[in-house]
Amino acid sequence: MKHLLSINDLSREDAILILDTAAELSRIADGPMKKLPTLRGRTIVNLFAEDSTRTRISFEAAAKRLSADVINFSAKGSSLSKGESLKDTALTLQAMGADAVVIRHPASGAPTRLAENQWMSGAVINAGDGTHEHPSQALLDAFTIRKHLAKGATDLAGLRVAIVGDILHSRVARSNVLLLTKLGAHVTLIAPPTLLPFGVESWPVSISYDLDSVISNVDVLMMLRIQQERMQERFFPNAREYSRYFGLNRDRMNSMLPNSIVMHPGPMNRGLEITADAADSARSVIVEQVSNGVSVRMAILYLLLAGLPIEGGIN
Amino acid sequence: MKVVLPAPDISRAIVRIAHEILERYNGAESLTLLGIPTRGAHLANRIALSINAIEGGQVAIGTLDVTMHRDDLRTRSPKALLPTVIPAAGVEDRHVVLIDDVLYSGRTIRAALDALGEIGRPSSVSLAVLIDRGHRELPIRADFVGKNIPTARTEIIKVNLIEVDGSDEVTIAEGGAR
Repeated sequence: MKHLLSINDLSREDAILILDTAAELSRIADGPMKKLPTLRGRTIVNLFAEDSTRTRISFEAAAKRLSADVINFSAKGSSLSKGESLKDTALTLQAMGADAVVIRHPASGAPTRLAENQWMSGAVINAGDGTHEHPSQALLDAFTIRKHLAKGATDLAGLRVAIVGDILHSRVARSNVLLLTKLGAHVTLIAPPTLLPFGVESWPVSISYDLDSVISNVDVLMMLRIQQERMQERFFPNAREYSRYFGLNRDRMNSMLPNSIVMHPGPMNRGLEITADAADSARSVIVEQVSNGVSVRMAILYLLLAGLPIEGGIN
Repeated sequence: MKVVLPAPDISRAIVRIAHEILERYNGAESLTLLGIPTRGAHLANRIALSINAIEGGQVAIGTLDVTMHRDDLRTRSPKALLPTVIPAAGVEDRHVVLIDDVLYSGRTIRAALDALGEIGRPSSVSLAVLIDRGHRELPIRADFVGKNIPTARTEIIKVNLIEVDGSDEVTIAEGGAR
């Protein structure tokens, strides 16, 4: 595998290899050996045509800990905002000798277009494209779940995960459904019908419109952000009603199973989909998701860039 | 395929290496054994057991994965990482003994020295290997050797250990041209 565009590119074994590699790398990061020489002399471009805090910083930290050179390049302040096409941007990156491009783009499929045309020879890593996929986020979520709940197993067999909120606009939900079910977890999507995507019945998940009937039976509760910037119409009457029925507050959290965890991919709308006391509670692994993100992205960069690209699986 | 070191010889070599290490460092107090996974880590365990049996007490032991420090990463497909476990006392001002199964080009040991340098500054580093098969590509030598086996580059040395392979033996086989 040369690129990471979608969770569909990964076999179950590939996904587990990434998680295992990330586990070793996070042990190294906790120890004295913070920086590794592995990608010395490689250039990684962070091409962010859409705003991001966590993902960009996380990829940057991951690349730097592997000694790669990082060029950051965001839409604002670059020629992208003057209307330069993706093709011309790619040709520029090729001319500068980028070994990999980490791309975030508001258009679904932009990373695939970059990878499939022969505009540049480097690896393409999807860091979130439109409402399509966000594979590195799903991998770090799976890593966090495995670390807390898998009891030493390599996959997530038998774990119950509920993903709550704006499924329609969520690339995180899409990647997570693909990955978590691939690893053996059972996923339930919980949202008002207006925020579920068309054709969701064919996904390998259960669907519920009632958070309270599911919350006491899950190991993981993953809250999603209401993506107001992608909402051109009204999907629910008002924010207060959404919070009342689908928000996580202290009362709801108290009905969860003893060892269950609360996740959120960030950024949070505190008070909308999650209250501050739920976000900051002992169940919440939201901050840990961010630090795990660096290890998982190091694993992705290492496996894609350190060796010869091999046709087929990462192995 | 020929067996060059049967199980009893492996055990004797390990006990002898344990004695030699203790003699060199006047006991086990300042010693830290670091095995290079996979088989080097198991050999380190056995040497540690032997040292503990001789001296009493517990010698500090860990593992050091060198994958991220290899110089041939670019020429092959990426490998899964193996565990690195550094004992609580660290390596600072310790006598570190690196332990591996076969010493060949010396490149693994170079990577190990780099990895070790990232962790701290040991007061000395030495190297123990079960088999030294020659053909060094770097100025590296072993301090403690189980057995020197002169080989041709085309031959393949395989160290089998019970922990990984189900039996203890070292074999040598004719390989094809590489």
